Amino acid sequence: MSEFQSTSSPSETPTPPASTGGRIVIFGTNLSVGALIAWIAVLALLALVAFGLLRRQQGPVAAGQAAPDFALTTFEGEQFQLSDLKGKVVLINFWASWCKPCEEEAADLEAAWRDYQPRGDVVFLGVDYVDTEPEAKAYLKKFDITYPNGPDLRTRASQAFRIRGVPETYIVAPDGKLTGVQIGPFTSLAQIKATIDPLLKP
Amino acid sequence: MHESRLFWFAIPIALIFGFFFVGGTYAQESTPYIPTDDEVNAVAKGLYCPVCENIPLDVCPTQACTQWRALIREKLGLGWSEEQIKDYFVAQYGDRVLAAPPARGLNWLVYLIPPVAIVIGIYILFRAMRTWRQPISARAAIEHLPEADSDEYVARLEEELRQR
Repeated sequence: MSEFQSTSSPSETPTPPASTGGRIVIFGTNLSVGALIAWIAVLALLALVAFGLLRRQQGPVAAGQAAPDFALTTFEGEQFQLSDLKGKVVLINFWASWCKPCEEEAADLEAAWRDYQPRGDVVFLGVDYVDTEPEAKAYLKKFDITYPNGPDLRTRASQAFRIRGVPETYIVAPDGKLTGVQIGPFTSLAQIKATIDPLLKP
Repeated sequence: MHESRLFWFAIPIALIFGFFFVGGTYAQESTPYIPTDDEVNAVAKGLYCPVCENIPLDVCPTQACTQWRALIREKLGLGWSEEQIKDYFVAQYGDRVLAAPPARGLNWLVYLIPPVAIVIGIYILFRAMRTWRQPISARAAIEHLPEADSDEYVARLEEELRQR
């Protein structure tokens, strides 16, 4: 027998007379149509809240997962789409001018970029998180950063990666999968190279 | 000779007057409008920085928020309205910077659920109060039924019980 039963015959379900419409039995509980709709609405709301909470508690995307696609327009107007960079190793660094720990790794990231840039198979992308443009540009000038950097418009990229703060760095392999996640600043140039070198063809 | 003296006397006077007038004009043009802290905070209190969740921008102490307030001051100085500034922040940082989310998409739930829940709650309370009151009134009605005392059958039954 189905879980849902229509109780058109009063002899099958001796219930008090309903003021409106028919009644439905679900899992042995006799409900009016209004109550059923109310329960569905409450359960849908709870599911929505649970989904939101689970998403918040998921943490950043992890190594082994496919990197979320995003678009970046740099401060100079150049456009990048992560999915267009397949076949290359991509380093995505989330930073902000107000972030002191970001300053610790800025020089090392730039040094690594200058090492890899001539190869052509490595791309560095700086994503400026919740920042103001004049301060962001001053930061880039201060650390003489030359790899592409742009604002995280509407915080879409940071939400796609579910970042918890800055700095956070994600290494994407040529097949589009994340191979490394660095929460907090890199401590040395050697550490940056150690995450990229294994992904490069000799 | 007299005319040339007058001419040389008039030149510095004209220059001094000219300097004051032109200088005054320049000063008026180059004085930018500087919004007060209250004006900045009036806009800032309707915005939230994603870095410092649940702290309105007008009281947020972080450097990121200080930069945002400076940006608001700059935009107000350029003559932007509060609405224009909020639109700019939404375009840059997303809807979540707004204290009140825009009524579109799933955001509608925020505006719909509270009044609907209140209406449903009042309805449930009304129905519950009716069911609470019913047994009392029904009991009272039975106790005070006038025919209960005068029912012939009941009288006979009680009489027979007394005789036993």
